[in-house]
This record gives sequence, C-alpha cells and structure tokens, in this order.
Amino acid sequence: MNIQGRPTRPTQASPARRGSFTGNRALDMEEALIFETGRLDASGVDIEHPAPFASRLGGHARAGEIGLPGLTEPEAVRHYVRLSRNNYSIDAGLYPLGSCTMKHNPRLNEKMARLPGFCDVHPLQPISTVQGALELIDTLARKLLTMTGMSAVAMSPKAGAHGELCGMMAIKAAIAARGEEKTRNVVLVPDSAHGTNPASAALIGFSVRAVPAGADGVVSAQSVRAALGPDVAAIMLTNPNTCGLFERDIVGIADAMHEAGAYFYCDGANFNAVVGKTRPGDLGVDAMHINLHKTFSTPHGGGGPGAGPVVFSERLASFAPVPFVVSGGEALGLVEHAGDSRAFGRMSAFHGQMGMFVRALAFILSHGADGLRQASEDAVLAANYVRASLGDLMSAPFGERTCMHEVLFDDRWLKDSGLTTLDFAKAMIDEGYHPMTVYFPLVVHGAMLIEPTESESKASLDLFIMTLRDLAMSALAGERERFVDAPLDAPRRRLDETRAARQPILRWTKPAPA
Amino acid sequence: MRYLPLDASDRALMLARVGAADIDALFSDIPADKRLSALLDMPGSMSELEVERALTTMAARNVAAGSVPFFLGAGAYRHHIPASVDHLIQRSEFLTSYTPYQPEIAQGTLQALFEFQTQVAALTGMEVANASMYDGSTACAEAMLMAHRLTRRKKAVLSGGLHPQYSDVAATLAEMAGDEIVRMSLDVRASEDIGAEIDDSTSCVIVQTPDFFGNLRDLAPIAAAAHAKGALLVAVFTEAVSLGAVRSPGEMGADIVVGEGQSIGNALNFGGPYLGLFAAHLKHVRQMPGRLAGETLDADGRRSFVLTLSTREQHIRREKATSNICTNSGLCALAFSIHLTLLGEAGLRRLARVNHAHAVDLAERLGAIGGVSMLNETFFNEFTIRTPRNARALVEDLASRGVIGGLPVSRLAPDAGLDDLLVVAATELNSAADRAAYAAALAQCL
Amino acid sequence: MSEIRFTKDHEYVRVDGDVGTVGISDHAQQQLGDVVFVELPALGAKFDKGAGAAVVESVKAASDIFAPVSGEVVAVNGDVDAEPGLINQDALGRGWIMKIKLADPKELDGLMNQSDYDAFLQTLA
Repeated sequence: MNIQGRPTRPTQASPARRGSFTGNRALDMEEALIFETGRLDASGVDIEHPAPFASRLGGHARAGEIGLPGLTEPEAVRHYVRLSRNNYSIDAGLYPLGSCTMKHNPRLNEKMARLPGFCDVHPLQPISTVQGALELIDTLARKLLTMTGMSAVAMSPKAGAHGELCGMMAIKAAIAARGEEKTRNVVLVPDSAHGTNPASAALIGFSVRAVPAGADGVVSAQSVRAALGPDVAAIMLTNPNTCGLFERDIVGIADAMHEAGAYFYCDGANFNAVVGKTRPGDLGVDAMHINLHKTFSTPHGGGGPGAGPVVFSERLASFAPVPFVVSGGEALGLVEHAGDSRAFGRMSAFHGQMGMFVRALAFILSHGADGLRQASEDAVLAANYVRASLGDLMSAPFGERTCMHEVLFDDRWLKDSGLTTLDFAKAMIDEGYHPMTVYFPLVVHGAMLIEPTESESKASLDLFIMTLRDLAMSALAGERERFVDAPLDAPRRRLDETRAARQPILRWTKPAPA
Repeated sequence: MRYLPLDASDRALMLARVGAADIDALFSDIPADKRLSALLDMPGSMSELEVERALTTMAARNVAAGSVPFFLGAGAYRHHIPASVDHLIQRSEFLTSYTPYQPEIAQGTLQALFEFQTQVAALTGMEVANASMYDGSTACAEAMLMAHRLTRRKKAVLSGGLHPQYSDVAATLAEMAGDEIVRMSLDVRASEDIGAEIDDSTSCVIVQTPDFFGNLRDLAPIAAAAHAKGALLVAVFTEAVSLGAVRSPGEMGADIVVGEGQSIGNALNFGGPYLGLFAAHLKHVRQMPGRLAGETLDADGRRSFVLTLSTREQHIRREKATSNICTNSGLCALAFSIHLTLLGEAGLRRLARVNHAHAVDLAERLGAIGGVSMLNETFFNEFTIRTPRNARALVEDLASRGVIGGLPVSRLAPDAGLDDLLVVAATELNSAADRAAYAAALAQCL
Repeated sequence: MSEIRFTKDHEYVRVDGDVGTVGISDHAQQQLGDVVFVELPALGAKFDKGAGAAVVESVKAASDIFAPVSGEVVAVNGDVDAEPGLINQDALGRGWIMKIKLADPKELDGLMNQSDYDAFLQTLA
C-alpha cells in the first residue's frame, strides 16, 4: 500500500483577488449547478403528448417527484459551454502526463465514428445486416496482431484495466486446464507497477509477490528466477516500464517464466514507445492489453471511455473470451457463446467499444506502417530531448541513461528548497501547463513523469523546456511565493481535499427551508 | 505526415542535443535480434480522403437502424438525441481532457460529474451514485462483488429475468474469483420464486426490472426476503428511460442499483462505448467501486469539486482496492447528463409516456395477428411474443422485408428451449407508420 | 507505570497493567498527512503480533496498522471514528486507536523505547 501522503488542504491565506459583482473575471466565468438554475417543468426538448391509452404498467407507475431540473436549449448550451471553459485539454496545450500518452485526437476519427453505418447500428441486429461492423472489428484486430506479432486478440475489454483482468483470466483458465489452479496462485509484480496490475490479479484470487527492480531501474531475469516457484502463475510487467525504461532483460524474463511453467502478462500502457520498432510477441509476451485511448489516439473524454483489447500468444489463444469475429466463407460471423471451446467466458455484454475501434482504425490507417514507426520514434526522441534539456537542473533516479517515450525525475534536486513535487506541479498550472504525472511510480520519491508524445512541435517542446527551466531555477533560488500557494491564476486555487474526504458531499441536496 | 509536427531538421537538432548519432541509438535497449526494420504486412500512410473512402465503404455494408422500421432493444435502445448533445460533448475541453486529477483546471469535468451523480441518485431513488462504470453488465458484476464485501458472504443468486449476457459476465467473474453463483432459469413470465433461493449464505439477489422479457417486477417483497436473511438486493435496469415512468428500485428497497445508461444521450454504436450507472446507500460508500466527485472549498473559500474517497481505488490500495477500475465512461456520462438536463423531469416523464404508448400500440397490433401470443402482463417499452415460427429464422425473414423485428431469445440463450420467443421494443422513434409496417410484415411471415 | 514502546512500522503501545493502548506515532501521522478515516477492528477481535489490525487513511494514502503485540481488542476509540483529525492533532493522546489485552507481555521486550525510537527515526532521515 501507498504510504506516501502529502498536504491535502491549502495552508496559507493569500492576498485577496480583486472581486466582482458576479464573481466572474472577464472570460473566467463562474457557473451554478443545474439544480440551482433549472426547473422541474422546464425542458429543452419538445415531445408530443400521446393520445390517451390504456397503461400496461400495472401497479408500477412512478409517483412523486424525481428531482431532475430541466433547462431550455439556450440555457443548457450556455451552462455546458461555461463549464467547459474551466477545463485544460490536449487541444489547448501540452499535457505531459507520463503513462497517459496525451497525443492529439484527430478529428477525422470523430467524423468516421459518427457515420450512421457505425454509430446507428445495434449490436444484436441480424449478422447479415452488420457485416461492415464485423469487418471493421476484424480489420482492427488484424492490425493489432500485425503490430504485436501475436496470435489472437480479444476485442471486448472496455478499458485497460478491464484488459488486464481479461489477460489474467485467460492465464488462470490456462492454468486450470493443466489442473494447477490450486497450486499456482501467485503473481509476480514489480513495485513500480500501476495499481491496476495487483488489483486485477487480486480480483480473481491471486496473491501478489513483489519482484524488485535493480538499481538501474529495470527487472533482471535473475531476480525473477529468485522469485519464481511452482506456486507462480504469471508475472505482470509493464514494458517500457513505468520509469520510462525498456526492460532490456525481457527475453530472459520471458524464458524464465516459461521454463517455470508460468505466463508473461505485459501491461501495454507504454506501447507508444515501440510500435513498429519491436513486437511483444517476439519478446515472449503471452498476453498484453493495448490502451486504444493512449497509443491509438481515441479521446480521453475527461476520464473515459477507453478500450483495452488484449493480444494473446499461441499458448493462450484458445482461452480468449467470447465474443470474437470469425471469417471463413462468404460472410463474417460472430462467436457469442463459449460452447465446447476453451473460451473462459465473457467480459461484458455485447461486443466491445465499437466507437473507439472506428477511431483507432482511422488513426492506424492514417499513419500506416511508416507513420506508426515515425510516431514512436518522435515520441521517444521528444522525451529524450526533454531529458537532455532538464538533466542539469532536475535529478533523474537512474542516472543519465536513455529513456523511452517518457522521462522520470525525482525530488532530490528540490531537497534544500523546502518545496515539494506537488508545489512544483501546481506552479506549472500558472504557466498554462497541465502538470506532469506526479508521485507515480511509487518506487521513486516525489516522482515526476513527463511524456510529451509525438504530437508536439519542436517550438512547443522548447517553450515547455524553457518554462520548466525557469520554474526549476526559481525553485532552487528560493522564490517560494511562486510555488507554495500555486496555482494563483487558475479558475480555482488549491482545494481542501481533506474536507472533501472527511465530510463527503457527493450530490446536491435541496437546502432545508430557512 | 499531417499528425506529426517534427520535420527532418527538428529531429537533427533534437538528436544533437540528446547526443545520439541517430534515432536507433535511443532504441538500443531492444535486443538486437528483436528489432524491426519496418512494420511489414501493413500499408503505408493514407490521406484523410483515402481513409474516409475505406471506412465509408465499410460503414455502407451495415444497415443503419434509422433506415428501416426498427424494434430491437434487449439491453440497448434507440432514442432521439437532441442536436446540442453531440455538439457539446465535442467541445475540445470535454473531448480531449484527461481524468480530473488536477482539480484547479478541471472544474468543468468535476462539476459535470457532480451533477451527473446527483441525477443518477435521483433517478434510481438512492442516496449516492458514482461517476460511472464501463457499462451495465460490468456494473452489475461489480455490485455483486460489493455485496460480497459488505455481507462477507460469497454466494449471489441471479434472477431468471436478468439479461443473459449480464448473467454470463457475473458468472465469469464469480468463477474466476472462486465465488458461488446460483443462476435461476430464464423466467419469461416473471413467475419465479426467488425468495426460496435465499439462505444464510446468500450475499445478494440480483433482479432486473423491467426485466429481459420486459416484465415489470415488484422488488419490495424480494428486498424484504433478502434482508430477512442478512442478504442484499441488487436491482438492475437496462433501459434508463423506464425510470421516467416506473417506480425506482430505491423506493422498493434495493441496496445497490446498477444499470445501463446508454439510452439517454448515447447512440447505439454497435455495443459500445456504453455507460454503467451505479448507486447505493451512503453508509456503504466506502465499499463502492469507481470514482466519486465531491464538493469542497478552495483556498479562497469558493465552492469547488474534486475526486474524493480515492483510498478505495486501485492507485492507492492496489491489491486491496474495491475494484481494479481506472477509466470511467466520462464522455458518455456527460452526454447522459446533458440529455437529461435538456429533458428535465417533465420532459423525461413525457418521453417515457410516449415510449410506453408506442409499445402498448405495437403490442395490440401484433397481438391481433393470428398465431402471435403477447406474453407480458406488464411492460414499459419492451415485451415478448411467441409465434409458431423459429424466432431467429423469423427475424431474418423480417429483415429481408426491411424490418428489424427484435431479438430472438435463442441468440442470447441457445440452450433454454425458448426458440420461438422474440423480444420486441418500441421507442418514441417508432412512428405509427413503422408500427403498421411491422405488423404487416409479421403477418406476411406467418 | 505506563511506558511507551514503538515498532519499526511506527505503531506505539502504552501499557497499563495488562492492557496496551495502541496508536501511530507522531512521525507516522506527519508522513500520512491529514487523516480522513480510520477502519477500526471489531471488539473482541484477536490478533497475533504483526497482523493487520486497523487501517488509517489520509486523502492520498492508506496505511495498515499492525498489532504491536498479540492479544484481544477490548476497546476502540470512537472519537477517531467521528473525528479522524485527532490522530494528526494528538497521535499519542486522544488519537489512540485501540486497546489490546496483552496475550504475552514478554513481546514488549522486542519493541523500542522512546529513545531507541527517536534514534531509529534519525536513521530514516
């Protein structure tokens, strides 16, 4: 468990800002809740009144107020536009979030996803009426197999973590098929792993055994061998890892796992570093989820939806869950029931995140073999450019070694400044940047993980670097005011998260009458 | 390439700063014999116009629901979405923003989630709702796990009225987790005695209403039976619009309510992305999976919103988390919330009424055809019919006549011996002409 | 005479007769940040020394509290349930978490006294 806490409420009063009657500040606008501005009888949708008819609801009709305010269209548009203006976005600026791959979301993707032939199709229509949808899923599946060098792919997981669960379930099914489900109940996980890894393993009854990384930031086959035993089902390894480093002993690790009768799950969150440069299948991976919302540009949408298809090696292919598309003969088919096959079951209703498939395929077709490889190269080059440009000021935990698509710093360089990673991150906001990933991975103190992606121009990278240099030098020079109360100019100042957790208010409630 | 801003001279300057001879020097940690020289078996880059051409051709090979009289539901429902919804969710700040981990620059997302959570709680009749799950089926499985944690028991009883794929998902998870599942046989007439299945080792009963066959179920006696044995009632819905007409599960005593939110604000999209809704009692909130947006103040004392109670989640608790979930269905939740705001209470009630009216009319028309039996006593916008023909063949026949007639039950439950049953839905989009066309086509098929 | 002992995981136990009052040290509460929730054990629960007995949560972290001694829980502090901030304000006093009836008082010999613990904290800095 994470025991690295940090301050969660604002500590100092600040100089008062100039007030206004509305609370607005020119284009920086406040906006009330719909429950405060809407009315139960207002509506932005005109709906007919049906002619009287005999209800078939039985005694189940809903009586009483529900509590759902309505707004007419102009009021609703204004409400949501005003809300939107308080959000940072990748369209507005560089988003250096390590492990999130905040690349540009092409608008062609949105146009294609909205073709009626894709978005206005029901998953349970007769198969003969959805051949184009099956073709799209099949085409994307083949592209993913080509890029990864694997044998089969489960397209149905709804997000990365869901994909991890799918991959681990397939491994558990494979182990059960050998009669070893009672004995092989341990999963090896490095301490640097994303929390979803141990959480996914634990959900299906595995216990987690830590495997340490070396001082060089990567896991050695030797330390894997030391942790291996007949009780081990699998290892879950992120490659490149969460410190932004390629696990250079990965083939040795895969061999060790396979020799011990265990499986290799690869967390594909950082796939953007190596598309077209190497294939997980060639490295010995048995299962890997791919985050379509990271590597393949489907939009993050303020937190979701994602999509997490899982590619499988030969060893695991037959355990992949339903449903999956089958080709052969004239038409495409859909296998929806495990029947006599070894498919381990079903991850969700229907067939997967079709809307994200369309977007991802548009991205892959647009880039093609040359573009995908170039994108990975540019992503890795951009991260190393940032590393080389900041390395004299900020401390890197694993020395000056080359990173992949993201660069990791820790907070040792801030030691004598009295400032924390959090302070530094919040000061970036005033400069018009979203902070990088902070305090992850947990293996490093005060982690700062920066992933610029291939979507940034050199001018954008240079400005980002110069800004971070300016902030870093300011921090080292002891200019605390720039940091301790930051952000000063955002729509909100630092929030009292302690209060939010101690006195949770998780919905609006009508205030009691005075 | 139109998405890659760096040019050759940029790259050269950057490599020089890095001190690398060439780009491959940065990939030297990849074992030499595992490096690709190129991505083979994949064509080169394509212009927008070429990609459009390829994908439009694929899309044209599908029959869009709006192009024919369309009566298919079974867990995903075709409704009218006001024009401004899709326009608003495509605003850059909503579409291309990340999870609101830096609340000072994410109040748009956070306030929208707080409003969404309130709407879902109100709709379901519960005290608190989370910021969404992937979809109804995974929300249902997570509710089962939450009930296990709360009761410290491991046996879930699944009603025979639960959507078969929801049951499949719950069963897969239970089997993998080493938990027990009692799966009642498909219950076409809502006549099962689920109370008889509850004992002292039951953690929860999972009951859907309106159920898979369209029947409306009274959850109150089931809740009482569960509580008498120390078990919980998990209520499920797949058609969110029904909550504008039908008593909420919360009112009927449900402990956890989960459902599919797709039918408000979100297109059919061939099955995803959809929207899992999850609501519970406040006293159980620490065992609830998923993100939660909460209210607080900032340093200037202004009302603000922030993700809270995060210690339940995987990024802190890791293997002891309430779930492994990371992503929610944010943009779909926003679309739901915008649509529901545009409808308002009065609009939702009227929309629900129109849905019911159209279904009642369709049921009358179909029931009047010789050989067709309408099996439901009660329903909202979906019901089940039996005909003399195999339902799968019937649906193909109807499709060839240009009508998408519903779901043959055997598609989702091939071994249940219900091959002659068809589940039919009608929404506000099914005009009188559509309904007449269906009745005429069905009569021809029989 | 009640003497306080500490574990390497920063729990303390202050013994009075055969009952030990258990909490986390001031160092631990500083490390965790504002405490927002405490998961208390049930009355009557029995723990071996070193077993997870409680959980203390801050906004960004959750920390297992391991029983510093074996025994049975005879009291839990309802005050920290209502006001978790007590652990930050007064970790060694009003912020106590539970009272354990000692199964084996000799286990105390393996724990650090105040000056040993202070020295131990120096090694962590």
